[in-house]
Amino acid sequence: MGSDATAPVTVESINPKVLKCEYAVRGEIVTHAQRLQQKLQTNPSSLPFDEIIYCNIGNPQSLGQQPITFFREVLALSDHPALLEKPETSILFSSDSIARAQQILSSIPGKATGAYSHSQGIKGLRDAIAEGIAARDGFPANADDIFLTDGASPGVHNMMQLLLRSESDGILCPIPQYPLYSASIALHGGTLVPYYLDEATGWGLEISELKKQLEDARSKGITVRALVVINPGNPTGQVLAEENQKQIVEFCKNEGLVLLADEVYQENIYVDDKKFNSFKKIARSMGYGEEDLPLVSYQSISKGYYGECGKRGGYMEVTGFSSSVREQIYKVASVNLCSNISGQILASLVMNPPKLGDASYESYVAERDGILKSLARRAKALEDALNSLEGVTCNKAEGAMYLFPQVRLPEKAIEAAKEAKKAPDAFYALSLLESTGVVVVPGSGFGQVPGTYHFRCTILPQEDKIPAIISRLTAFHESFLNKYRD
Amino acid sequence: MAKALDYESLNENVKKTAYAVRGELYLRASELQKEGKKIIFTNVGNPHALGQKPLTFPRQVVALCQAPFLLDDPNVGLLFPADAIARAKHYLQLTSGGLGAYSDSRGIPGVRKEVAEFIERRDGYPTDPELIFLTDGASKGVMQMLNAIIRNENDGILVPVPQYPLYSAAITLYGGSLVPYYLEEEANWSLDFNNIRQSIASARSKGITVRAMVIINPGNPTGQCLSEANIRELLRFCFLENLVLLADEVYQQNIYQDERPFISARKILFDMGPPLNKEVQLVSFHTVSKGYWGECGQRGGYFEMTNLSPKTVDEIYKVASISLSPNVPGQIFMGLMVNPPKPGDISYFKFEQESKAIMESLRKRAHIMTDGFNSCRNVVCNFTEGAMYSFPQIRLPARAIEAAKSAGKAPDVLYCLKLLEATGISTVPGSGFGQKEGVFHLRTTILPAEEDMPAIMESFKKFNDAFMEEYEDYRGYSRM
Repeated sequence: MGSDATAPVTVESINPKVLKCEYAVRGEIVTHAQRLQQKLQTNPSSLPFDEIIYCNIGNPQSLGQQPITFFREVLALSDHPALLEKPETSILFSSDSIARAQQILSSIPGKATGAYSHSQGIKGLRDAIAEGIAARDGFPANADDIFLTDGASPGVHNMMQLLLRSESDGILCPIPQYPLYSASIALHGGTLVPYYLDEATGWGLEISELKKQLEDARSKGITVRALVVINPGNPTGQVLAEENQKQIVEFCKNEGLVLLADEVYQENIYVDDKKFNSFKKIARSMGYGEEDLPLVSYQSISKGYYGECGKRGGYMEVTGFSSSVREQIYKVASVNLCSNISGQILASLVMNPPKLGDASYESYVAERDGILKSLARRAKALEDALNSLEGVTCNKAEGAMYLFPQVRLPEKAIEAAKEAKKAPDAFYALSLLESTGVVVVPGSGFGQVPGTYHFRCTILPQEDKIPAIISRLTAFHESFLNKYRD
Repeated sequence: MAKALDYESLNENVKKTAYAVRGELYLRASELQKEGKKIIFTNVGNPHALGQKPLTFPRQVVALCQAPFLLDDPNVGLLFPADAIARAKHYLQLTSGGLGAYSDSRGIPGVRKEVAEFIERRDGYPTDPELIFLTDGASKGVMQMLNAIIRNENDGILVPVPQYPLYSAAITLYGGSLVPYYLEEEANWSLDFNNIRQSIASARSKGITVRAMVIINPGNPTGQCLSEANIRELLRFCFLENLVLLADEVYQQNIYQDERPFISARKILFDMGPPLNKEVQLVSFHTVSKGYWGECGQRGGYFEMTNLSPKTVDEIYKVASISLSPNVPGQIFMGLMVNPPKPGDISYFKFEQESKAIMESLRKRAHIMTDGFNSCRNVVCNFTEGAMYSFPQIRLPARAIEAAKSAGKAPDVLYCLKLLEATGISTVPGSGFGQKEGVFHLRTTILPAEEDMPAIMESFKKFNDAFMEEYEDYRGYSRM
């Protein structure tokens, strides 16, 4: 190993922004869980549980969720177009998946799925996505506004890179937030300006809080450049009311902020009294056009009912920017040439799924609704279970894939945590892991009101595992409280 | 109220960044294509876009992985050979939930093990899969490493000139300094260590801490294959000057001569023994986009770290984890590339046939193109020993250079624009890669189909010789 004292690349000499950034979703607790998992493999009875259950990350297919058949049929045909020339293919594939694959392939120059595409993504696929957006919102969308990316995350990085010139540039972010935002702001050398969601009112977003934080930042010499809104929320799961969204749009317009709308959970809504409205739709319905509001809307193929995390597909729809700014966005995208083609194809399928009358429509709807209904049931079951625990309150998961309960930790536990040199909720999460094998992410990884403690748990384990998880969690929590009772 | 995001208020580093491969020429070519002109895109190493067919076996395997329900169908054998079916099952087992689940942020452990085994077979030295990170294309890995190394504008990275402009773009984006070292065109684009020493001394005198050195072998755009002696001297240089070597080896399968086969920097480093083998820090890059696979659209790549401390590796892991994981199909392509069908496998014969045909054709086209350029007036072209490009020097007459100045364009940009408009051939001007002052080139690829090559070279020659006729003064431009 290179001797650290003199070697050119050491922890002492690497980019300090790399050292500064953090990402708890795959942080310390996960590394520990992996070590325990290896231990179980070599000695299955060495721990008080049989298996590690990863509830730290929104990764549905790793926990048994099945992909949508139609989507995978189209992808298989697109990956191996030679299949389309064989008569046997019509025995194994649905007729509409064959037709869709043919249509997609003919929109790709030379039908070459192995070629780098246009740096914004294949035009024909962007057309399909624009149509999907227009059908969803009732307002037109332009294929040239769409940038297909390897997941939504690279698009977030692109915008942070563009917006952040120095530490004096700030981005308003919700607390709690999905730590991609805090990490990318740190990596790109900017300042995170927090605005607190109100736990007492179901994680409500108050404009007065936005205003307060904005003014506070400005008084410290920070130029606030953008507002991040995650809707539905992660980790908090709330779905914004239309009125709220309108206020947010007005706020951004009046204060000259770019609105970065993370809408990757738009198809994960579990309550009947709330509906997803894209910020673009809201802005357009208020009469605001391109000249009024710079807006970046993010969507991903990783979530929803499709859960195709491993494919890395997503897009950002960029509206309200001058052409010279858009050229810069394009230029940065072009350095990486293009996003993976399979992910691009999936994004077009997600935004343009089978329709009534298509051969696969019924089975598609059955698969989709099966997954969404099951997610809603699991959200409820876990929410109720968490709320039944002593000292634990858990807001409803109106959407997304997570529960974010607050745990009132006894003083003794907080002291024990201090001694162990861990944040109190990290201490709790670690104890939970060691007793039950369930991996959650401490609330400190997302940000929270100081003095409060949370953890984020996904609702993704398969339904048949939920009762066991609940009973183990309940037993652990009781014994933890008894151990540290004041 | 001023617009929230206007050009003036953008990150300066973004504004300064240039990436000519998809810059002015490409955009102009795309415009012309929309207007109905036939364009031959030779601006980027994108084999499948120019008619190269994907290898059959990997596509069969990945198609099965996409649709695992096929594996349960009794009729699957009608469409897929048994070894593709077995391999698909093998990879699906290695994933943590199929293609649709985020993998380990470093990539699927089983695939990284296959990569490690490939490296060991290739080099004769063992390697640790934990030090191999799969990425969405090699470019992402390059950007991650440069981002980790560059702290501020006083950190310099030695980069060959001419270079693949990912390096200059990334260095600018991350706010570092590019320290150029010139490859010797007259000596077949080889390394000139006097020049490198001068460059580094000059940078240091300006207060720059030179942190790393980039080497592209085989070269892009220059195509040279480095000799073992060159690489040894390079490694010794990095050892003495305390530089981490970034070895871009993505074209290691593209070799068109037999005098200098590919030898990895890592193998030579270990051949050199102590103290270098334990001290020199090295990061090696590879991809599924090049070679004879050409699977650019899959975005599959890896980097391998040698002699970086565990703490540093942890930090690099942390940054990788923010992006969650590289795309899983691309990872499977990588596994298949490093672990292709073997003699005796059902698909071996076809796989070998397809691969050989591509490699033989590339070798032929390397010659056709080099010879074609050398037959043109005022054009001199080194042989494409490796990679996928031809980088002819265009000796522009003085009047052409003046015309370019009046048009507000770099001379080679003007030449390439005129070439494009006259012939539809879309190239990248040498200024996009860097070149010595007053010396002009263009980069094209050797990728157009073999049967189209003669016509393309003829079309080029016609344009070039007419251009030279037009711009030369009456005495002619002497070929020195």
